Amino acid sequence: MTTHVLSDTRVLTGRSLTHILRSPDTIITTAVTPIALMLLFVYVLGGAINTGSDESYINYMLPGILLITIASGIAYTAYRLFLDLQGGIFERFQSMPIARSSVLWAHVLTSVVANLVSVAIVIGVALIMGFRTGASVGAWLAVAGILAMFTLALTWLAVVAGLSAKTVDGASAFSYPLIFLPFISSAFVPTDTMPAPVAWFAENQPVTSIVNSTRALFAGEPVGSEIWVALAWLVGILVVAYVWAMSIYRRKIS
Amino acid sequence: MTTEAAIRVQGIQKSFKDLHVLRGVDFDVAAGTIFALLGSNGAGKTTLVRILSTLAKADAGTATVHGLDVAANPGEVREAISLTGQFAAVDEVLTGRENLMLIARLRHLKNPGAIADELLDRFSLTEAGGRKAATYSGGMRRRLDIAMSLIGNPPIIFLDEPTTGLDPQARIEVWQTVKKLADAGTTVLLTTQYLDEAEQLADRIAILHKGTIIQNGTLSELKQLLPAATVEYVEKQPTLEEVFLTLVGDTGETDTDDADRADSAAKAGKESR
Repeated sequence: MTTHVLSDTRVLTGRSLTHILRSPDTIITTAVTPIALMLLFVYVLGGAINTGSDESYINYMLPGILLITIASGIAYTAYRLFLDLQGGIFERFQSMPIARSSVLWAHVLTSVVANLVSVAIVIGVALIMGFRTGASVGAWLAVAGILAMFTLALTWLAVVAGLSAKTVDGASAFSYPLIFLPFISSAFVPTDTMPAPVAWFAENQPVTSIVNSTRALFAGEPVGSEIWVALAWLVGILVVAYVWAMSIYRRKIS
Repeated sequence: MTTEAAIRVQGIQKSFKDLHVLRGVDFDVAAGTIFALLGSNGAGKTTLVRILSTLAKADAGTATVHGLDVAANPGEVREAISLTGQFAAVDEVLTGRENLMLIARLRHLKNPGAIADELLDRFSLTEAGGRKAATYSGGMRRRLDIAMSLIGNPPIIFLDEPTTGLDPQARIEVWQTVKKLADAGTTVLLTTQYLDEAEQLADRIAILHKGTIIQNGTLSELKQLLPAATVEYVEKQPTLEEVFLTLVGDTGETDTDDADRADSAAKAGKESR
């Protein structure tokens, strides 16, 4: 039956992508909040923020905004998975001769596609607002890779939430702390302006290294050792979330 | 058709923590027959169906479906069965036709479009085939649900409370569908809490109560066992239904092949709720 993994995943991914195409509001609402935050920070607060660099403020804060976009977008993955479980179609799939992992992978791949579209919309708005980058094709690919890994890692966390939630609200509520995490990082203000304990947290949480690496890539500067810290966080979260999600899934279907 | 059992359940037990849902269930279902599992809410019907359809594992006992052990060969059992669960398992965002094509693709069949069209026609859904399933009435949704279960012609079909929550016309439509299935040689195991449903459909009826089968026989065998009060209730129910169907116009019974009529039946069903 494992021979069907790819074709089953493809069919089921097509199904959830159709869901998104039929309710594009899930992509738009994902993009609206980060865009509003971007407007607020650039045109209201940004003038008073000293980032200590020559970069325009929008160049400084875009990486954090992109992470917020993804953190809010993955809530829809938990939501869609939860609805499948509620509605009985999940059980129908489980009682059919299809590769069992495809049911989850379809949601995960859909999440990656949907979030990259949301991210592209936000970058588009940022360009209109004056975001400029001299990043090479290679740097762009590296940024896309980092964002895709961030999406994958958080999506598997969303799978955990979707599989174990008892209510629709519970399925999406887990993303709120994730959305908030970039605020206590180097995403909007340099960490050295924060009180010591907060600065310590900000400097040692995953968002800061991811934001700094992305910012360096956009600016065409060397990423330094920060990229390895970022990758370690991304791979670590991804592996833990994947193993956690799969163990819940196995318990659920056996 | 063989006389060999399509489903054989022996000593199945299942507990959820301290709650003993199934305490040793035994029965056989002959191939090509309709077997009704009758029981009140919480009797363990759904748990049993979940075990037989490989969604749950029994704590003890064995169950074979289509000659295959459900615990040892779940993958092969899934090739031979279809499950229509308690809640219509249709994708509401997709159209009726897309729902059918989705299942045909997942069963790795050729020409999913042709399969979908044939089933839409058979279940009087051709006209509604291009609409989202979310817009369907309860009866139409259930018909689509059952149609999805028939894709790939599985020899054994489980129907878990197929008519719960349906209005009388939709219920009659489902009954006709189930009868046609059995006529075509499919083995049907259905669970129900409605006595008249078992009476209408089943070749054999087993009563599941407090985790065991307390009676198992044909309708006439069981009728002699049931207390008089229950028999009276069963006989009264169709009378009221007859009155209701006469008053609202009985559209469900005759034209399952006519999409227009089925649609209006579905609309009537909506209004009656």
